[in-house]
Amino acid sequence: MALVTLTIDGKETQVEEGTSILEAAKTVGIEIPSLCYLKDINETGKCRVCVVEVEKSNTLMASCVTPVANGMVVGTNTERVRSARRTVLELILSNHRTDCLTCEKNGDCKLQDYAYEYGLEELRFPSDRVLPELDDTNPFFIRDLSKCILCGRCISVCSDIQGQDAIALIGRGFDTKVAPAWDKPLEESPCVFCGNCVQVCPVGALTPKYSVGKGRFWEIEKVETTCPYCGTGCLLDLHVKNGKVVGASGADGPVNEGWTCVKGRFGLDFIHHPDRLTVPLIREGDGFKEASWDEALELVASKLGGLVSEHGSDSVAFFSSAKCTNEVSYLMQKLARAAVGTNNVDHCARLCHSSTVAGLATSFGSGAMTNSIHEIADAKAVFIIGSNTTENHPVIGIQVKEAVRRGAKLIVADPRDIELAQKAHIHMKHLPGTDVALLNGMMNVIIEKDLHDKEFIETRTENFEAFKECVSKYTPEYVSEITGVPAELIVEAAVAYATADTASLIYSMGITQHSTGTDNVLSTANIAMLTGNLGKESVGVNPLRGQNNVQGACDMGALPVFFPGYQSVTNPDIRSKFEKAWGRELPSEPGLTVTEAINVAYEGDLKGLYIIGENPMVSDPDINHVEAALKNLDFLVVQDIFLTETAELADVVLPSACFAEQSGTFTSTERRVQLVRKAIEPPGEARSDWEIICDISTRLGYPMNYSSSGEILDEIASLTPIYGGITSRRLDSKGLQWPCPTEDHPGTPYLHKGKFSRGLGLFSAIDYIPAAELPDEEYPLILTTGRILYHFHTGSMTRRTEGLHAHRPEAFIEIRPDTAEDLGIVDGEMVQVSSRRGKVEVRAKVTSWPAPGVVFMPFHFAEAAANILTNPALDPKAKIPEFKVCAVRIDRLPLEAAL
Amino acid sequence: MQFYRSHVLICAGTPCILKGCGAVRDAFITELKNQGLEEEVRVVETGCLGPCDLGPVIVIYPEGTLYEKVKISDVPKIVDEHLLKGRIVRDLISEGSIPGIIPYKEPVYFGIQERIVLRNCGIIDPSSIEEYIARDGYQALAKCLTEMKPSEVIEIVKQSGLVGRGGAAFPTGLKWSFTANTKDDQKYMICNADEGEPGTFKDRLILEGDPHSIIEAMTIAGYAVGATRGFVYIRGEYGLSIDRINQGIQQAESMGLLGDNIFGSGFSFKLEVKKGAGAYVCGEETALIESMEGNRGEPRVKPPYPGTHGFLGKPTVVNNVETLANVPQIILNGADWYRGYGTPKCPGTKVFTMTGDINNKGLIEVPMGITLREIIYEIGGGIPEGREFKMAQTGGTSGGCLSGEMLDVPMDYFTLPEKGSALGSGALLIMDDSHCIVDIAESFMRFFVRESCGKCAPCRVGTVRLHEIVKKVACGDGTYEDLEILEDLGRTMRETSLCGLGQSAPVPIMTMLRYFKDEFMAHIEEKRCPSETCKL
Repeated sequence: MALVTLTIDGKETQVEEGTSILEAAKTVGIEIPSLCYLKDINETGKCRVCVVEVEKSNTLMASCVTPVANGMVVGTNTERVRSARRTVLELILSNHRTDCLTCEKNGDCKLQDYAYEYGLEELRFPSDRVLPELDDTNPFFIRDLSKCILCGRCISVCSDIQGQDAIALIGRGFDTKVAPAWDKPLEESPCVFCGNCVQVCPVGALTPKYSVGKGRFWEIEKVETTCPYCGTGCLLDLHVKNGKVVGASGADGPVNEGWTCVKGRFGLDFIHHPDRLTVPLIREGDGFKEASWDEALELVASKLGGLVSEHGSDSVAFFSSAKCTNEVSYLMQKLARAAVGTNNVDHCARLCHSSTVAGLATSFGSGAMTNSIHEIADAKAVFIIGSNTTENHPVIGIQVKEAVRRGAKLIVADPRDIELAQKAHIHMKHLPGTDVALLNGMMNVIIEKDLHDKEFIETRTENFEAFKECVSKYTPEYVSEITGVPAELIVEAAVAYATADTASLIYSMGITQHSTGTDNVLSTANIAMLTGNLGKESVGVNPLRGQNNVQGACDMGALPVFFPGYQSVTNPDIRSKFEKAWGRELPSEPGLTVTEAINVAYEGDLKGLYIIGENPMVSDPDINHVEAALKNLDFLVVQDIFLTETAELADVVLPSACFAEQSGTFTSTERRVQLVRKAIEPPGEARSDWEIICDISTRLGYPMNYSSSGEILDEIASLTPIYGGITSRRLDSKGLQWPCPTEDHPGTPYLHKGKFSRGLGLFSAIDYIPAAELPDEEYPLILTTGRILYHFHTGSMTRRTEGLHAHRPEAFIEIRPDTAEDLGIVDGEMVQVSSRRGKVEVRAKVTSWPAPGVVFMPFHFAEAAANILTNPALDPKAKIPEFKVCAVRIDRLPLEAAL
Repeated sequence: MQFYRSHVLICAGTPCILKGCGAVRDAFITELKNQGLEEEVRVVETGCLGPCDLGPVIVIYPEGTLYEKVKISDVPKIVDEHLLKGRIVRDLISEGSIPGIIPYKEPVYFGIQERIVLRNCGIIDPSSIEEYIARDGYQALAKCLTEMKPSEVIEIVKQSGLVGRGGAAFPTGLKWSFTANTKDDQKYMICNADEGEPGTFKDRLILEGDPHSIIEAMTIAGYAVGATRGFVYIRGEYGLSIDRINQGIQQAESMGLLGDNIFGSGFSFKLEVKKGAGAYVCGEETALIESMEGNRGEPRVKPPYPGTHGFLGKPTVVNNVETLANVPQIILNGADWYRGYGTPKCPGTKVFTMTGDINNKGLIEVPMGITLREIIYEIGGGIPEGREFKMAQTGGTSGGCLSGEMLDVPMDYFTLPEKGSALGSGALLIMDDSHCIVDIAESFMRFFVRESCGKCAPCRVGTVRLHEIVKKVACGDGTYEDLEILEDLGRTMRETSLCGLGQSAPVPIMTMLRYFKDEFMAHIEEKRCPSETCKL
């Protein structure tokens, strides 16, 4: 690009053509004031505070939107400029409620700063116009339009970043205001309460509710850390005052670039919830008694130790957690393997993405997201199957919408009319459990139309012929009968995916949580290989991991067959490496998975269980069965931040620190290892998870002594080749993406460049197998389950968050209008939903979202737990249960109960 | 084509329609039938003739007799006397009854005028493409497409010195060259007919009276800049303009003068109408484009200009109706011919719409550089009821207010700005000495409060504050300091507002403070209105 030379306040500078005067001024150290300007996001020239004098121009120019020109002579601070700025600021202030003494924004308000700088003590424009009333109708933030200066930042962010278009300007002239369409409440608009508008508001017009009165800007310390909710890996700034987290905002992380979703921003007040566990608890009859740490730990060590000596090492099992840090999962599996001598260690990834690990490891040799999140925005086509991205990974949803804005074709396969399905160019509304058929149908079309990437197939893959033979019978017409998707739509989607230069495939639990979960994953790998969409930027097979550290918990070997870094426990060389490092003989037999452990406990062969941060009493299928199994244990230890439904069944409950109270690392879904920083002290006697594990291990006769979580990370690096270069000394705000074998390695944004981890990519011939339980006369509907934007997993955190809970306080079941009519059900009435395993009462939400014959329930709500209904049928390879398909019936309740 | 011995031209401009010309037309048709003259005399509805105050107006050819304020009851007499017996009905031509109005053929009202833009208005039937063609219509287009390169077309327009008649006076040829020089697979030509300036109705009357001149000019412009699609953005209230343009488009298309491969030249141009929804700011070209794209009608920041980044981000020429109406004549007669009108610096003519305290209200076309005095006293017939001239506002509500000492200033795009005013759209509001300046200022500011789009702070808040302060002065509560605030606020709005609306909103007040400060001071110091007409 050409360079332009200009003079600003007498200083000559050279900048690229097209640069604004405001940006050019920065190069000579001049900061031009502006209220509305946000680089690349809100460049509208609305506030006119940034005006400057340009030689030979009649009027003053808005520097934020005026491009530089050769020879331009600019004055940014002349008397003419200052005088105009003063009057413009005075005008803005004349229509702004100035209650700076009590305003939340005091000290962090640009208008206040400029009023001070320009000496605006008295205003010349007294007005008797009435300022608008304050709107505090939504639970997350306050809209005070009497302070709004109409800079438009919130609108730009809502439209161009969040892609929600919930707000716009309404009215004209002086009566202009920012509002949802028809000036309705935000809750009736498409607003998703991400609060990104709150973050960019330069004045006090938008302020987070839960921070009100909790601290002044200058009293608050910001601690950058990683969000504890989904696997996207957004960085947050926790706002800390006097040892309390009083707010949060998006930090400039490599994935979120400052943005967050509603949970990250407004969903953290669980940290100080009165339900937090503060002392160890020991069972006493039907209840608990408070105990000292010494007492509790001694009891845990003696009970677990006793069971091991009596029934053998494999009589106990360990559930680590995808919510805890890498360091905790590492120590948990080390505790199981080295201290106790069993491979019975697993965690909830079993329930979400074990089929991903199994499937992608088979096809590619590595079971993780192949590409990076930011690459999605540049893909020419995005194919989403089985992921409600905007609700479950909202900040990744932003990238998808950005891709569409940049011209990408969006193809969505989902049994419901989720937000992205509504925004998609092609929506295939297939029946739950028919993913293999649908993908085979698309691949059949791609091969028939000769759109497959022959060179890629030839040079990079194997077993193509067997695969081709297999898909040959999946004609669009045949597949249409299975899936309910019109044949021509399948053809259209196949062509769109195959002909895009770069196509990114995104999936999540709609693919994995099936009795054919691994088959589903293998099929996604097949279609990407068939079209050469691997090993370069903006392509790939991209499983979105559900929990903040589910990737890390897998990486750390909280899995019954792998040491950290997917090093097999059955490989003697590997085992001897770890035996040497850990100084113990290690078991060679794969251990029990989460789902198997529950079954073995039910049968009585598993005696002891130590659970950290998991809540199978809500998260696992067929909860009645889970409850019986847990009650059947001799000894159950639960370590958590709340007394969860599972903890209530424990013999010992250990209070732990939450993410804000301990240090360590999380690994996001894009394999990025990021820092978790301790911001405050844990409540009461609660302690860091890793310290608790160390104590238990030591009491079991296997001393663990670490001075910090960093020391644990360095041990991980020394034993885990993919984490080899990820050391405590090196990690900073950018994080590092594995594989990162050495300290001088920059990390790996996308996998399989030039060569798959396993060498050649393996095509798998996969036939469609129907779901384990299909609707019949007795249970005529298909229930599929999932999550909603405002809650997370079993709700133990989000349901203890004021805003989120107030906004979505209860469970619901989505029923199509035709189904509802057949059953005589009206929107909002309580109904009974039953399956072969149990029944729940829940409120009906009549909506056309689900496919014909399908109903949907979120699983967050223990009092109306979807998982009482779900089918525990397991995928034979990954042992993942079929959360996404089971047969149910819906019955009306007697009149009084329904009201 | 049938020939008639006489034509009855009935002015069907909107003012005459409002005054009942439709009924007069029907009466003529019926009466001619009764007299058995329907094969000999043709009744034609034409565009505006100009003297809007005198409607319904008709002209009978070949004599060229103008009848004013024609009633249905006058029709039998006109048919019987004039059309059957060949005797002009003297008592219906109001000769001498209204000062300054003289029978049609006599020179003063029309004599001083030079009709380029309005050459067909009132002469032809605007619903007939044949009549337009008979007056050399589409010859300029034929010349361009068959004899000239696009660059030559632009060169002639540049040479002619034609500048934008919407008010900004940007050289038209230069504007075209920006778009012509920008490479793109799609370019657009837009005719700005969102005539929102109060007191301005010239574009409406051109569209109603001579729609094909705009269609032809747009096609020429399209050819010159490489645009293949055009839009006429007409304010939604202009129902007749919309009908006439739509009808014209159909006619031109059916004759191959618009559409694919015009004159076999390989050049194609499609034209359609977009209706505006009544926002004043949408007359600003970028707000107009936003509105066309379906967005909120708000101006864009410039640069980039529409010439390179316009409708849907594509290079787009936006020209005012009157500007375009000049184009075919310039092509046919050449740049030198055009420069023969007006002043050397500002050639051509200007269409004005005269309103207010003036005897002859309506539409006129005069050479650039004519003085205000000539317009008011010679064409306009002076101030009614013997009152004194007090103030003329040129250029519409956003224009400056000139006092009597400015009567001899030449009216063109370069001289008026020196006096703090502008020629603008050509609206001329004349006020006699019975009006209170402060009162008028208050009403002007009320207009801007209503029409500010709200995008930029100085205009959104500034218009309200200006209005509040002027109102305070008008109510006798003003202070000298208020006048200083008005000056400062006005200057800031001029210097910092995003678009022309906010930049020119303070112009009336600023010129009033310059030329009529005494009246403000009387309101402040003596709590008295010198004109003794305001509420004070």
